[in-house]
Amino acid sequence: MAKQQANWSPYDNNGGSCVAIAGADYCVIAADTRMSTGYNILTREYSKICKLADKCVMASSGFQADVKALQKQLAARHLIYQHQHNKQMSCPAMAQLLSNTLYYKRFFPYYSFNVLGGLDNEGKGCVFTYDAVGSYEKVGYSSQGSGSTLITPFLDNQLKSPSPLLLPVQDAVTPLVEAEAIDLVKTVFASASERDIYTGDKIEIVVVNATGIRREYMELRKD
Amino acid sequence: MSNSVIEVPPKGGFSFDLCKRNEMLAKKGVNPPSFRKTGTTIVGLVFQDGVILGADTRATEGPIVCDKNCEKIHYMAPNIYCCGAGTAADTEAVTDMVSSQLQLHRYHTGRESRVVTALTLLKRHLFNYQGHVSAALVLGGVDVTGPHLHTIYPHGSTDTLPFATMGSGSLAAMAVFESKYKEGLTRNEGIELVTEAICSGIFNDLGSGSNVDVCVITKGGKEYLRNHLQPNPRTYTNSKGYSFPKKTEVLLTKIIPLKEKVEIIEGGDAMEE
Repeated sequence: MAKQQANWSPYDNNGGSCVAIAGADYCVIAADTRMSTGYNILTREYSKICKLADKCVMASSGFQADVKALQKQLAARHLIYQHQHNKQMSCPAMAQLLSNTLYYKRFFPYYSFNVLGGLDNEGKGCVFTYDAVGSYEKVGYSSQGSGSTLITPFLDNQLKSPSPLLLPVQDAVTPLVEAEAIDLVKTVFASASERDIYTGDKIEIVVVNATGIRREYMELRKD
Repeated sequence: MSNSVIEVPPKGGFSFDLCKRNEMLAKKGVNPPSFRKTGTTIVGLVFQDGVILGADTRATEGPIVCDKNCEKIHYMAPNIYCCGAGTAADTEAVTDMVSSQLQLHRYHTGRESRVVTALTLLKRHLFNYQGHVSAALVLGGVDVTGPHLHTIYPHGSTDTLPFATMGSGSLAAMAVFESKYKEGLTRNEGIELVTEAICSGIFNDLGSGSNVDVCVITKGGKEYLRNHLQPNPRTYTNSKGYSFPKKTEVLLTKIIPLKEKVEIIEGGDAMEE
């Protein structure tokens, strides 16, 4: 008998896209709210965005069961940090924690494609982008998920960051104002939902700035 | 089996020689290229005066929409139309081919085409290709014998039904039909029901989307309502628009004029026919 392959996979892809853009004193994180499996829609109103700390928000697409488990892990670790250090975790610290948590499961990964956004210790916007096993990088903007191949080229065109390898070190954050960045995010999702079947229904947009965290929604195509 | 090396090309149809090779390659992980499918919702129903066909307008290549407004209701004869689901190239090719055959048949017989003729031509072709021509069709029309509605599967089997749905959104559409269909619907009731069934496919199936096409066929003639309903407009357009700066820098401009290779003589002889 030839070697049998597994005909059951522990993973599933629930689709969806997320985007994050860092500004001088704000950070915009957005994700669509559709959760699907195969050709079916499971729900039109699922939040892929999770607040990890006061100034730190994560959006994840991929397998939502793994995403949920990952969020729980991070919340627990954050609580321990708060008990030990008597303060909230900063965004760069949370970024490192996320990377370590993902790599911990290097040989049975979390099927989760994350973007982390927030304000760093100086109040400047920062965005960290991850792959499924924890490789991460601080960038000016990022997109993950099923629509990322449609979204990233447009963001590159409008926001192109200078290479992090250039000297002197140039700022990755976009010079755009908060309202313009939100506009850009809405346009980008409207376009992605035209051509990607897994992106649609609604966008949840979270804005982190000095005054706190604000949430808004926008309708998308429902087909 | 003779040992001769002479290779005679097959007379027609597919040669299945490479199937074993394809199987072996697939086991090694080399898969054949994917093709554009219509991931569709198509429906048909029989009403008081004839048949009504409906279809969505989205064509997909895997998870990407490649055509937001394609036509899935194909012309077969002045009194017969056919909706197609499955591989787009296959549905186009097979309906065009049978449509031409029907035209020739009309010239030959001097009569209006019958739906069963189209049915038989299609099913014979599809069975011949053993399901490799991936076309799932809903065929409807009105001829001298009355209104007819049929479904045709890629392997060549057919059904004759009062209402039918095909494609990835067929379950969503059939749910609507099974709840609300009754015999003797009027034209407007029929169009409304077909539209509702297609909308159910559009909103609940990810392989279907965009607009609703409807085609009403009666003894008197046909009415092709392209984009009868457009329930999915673009949700957001930036009022200011976006500019796209030219990113490629011009480092050097050098123009080298090529020598003229052709001499033009005015008033030469005119060319001979």
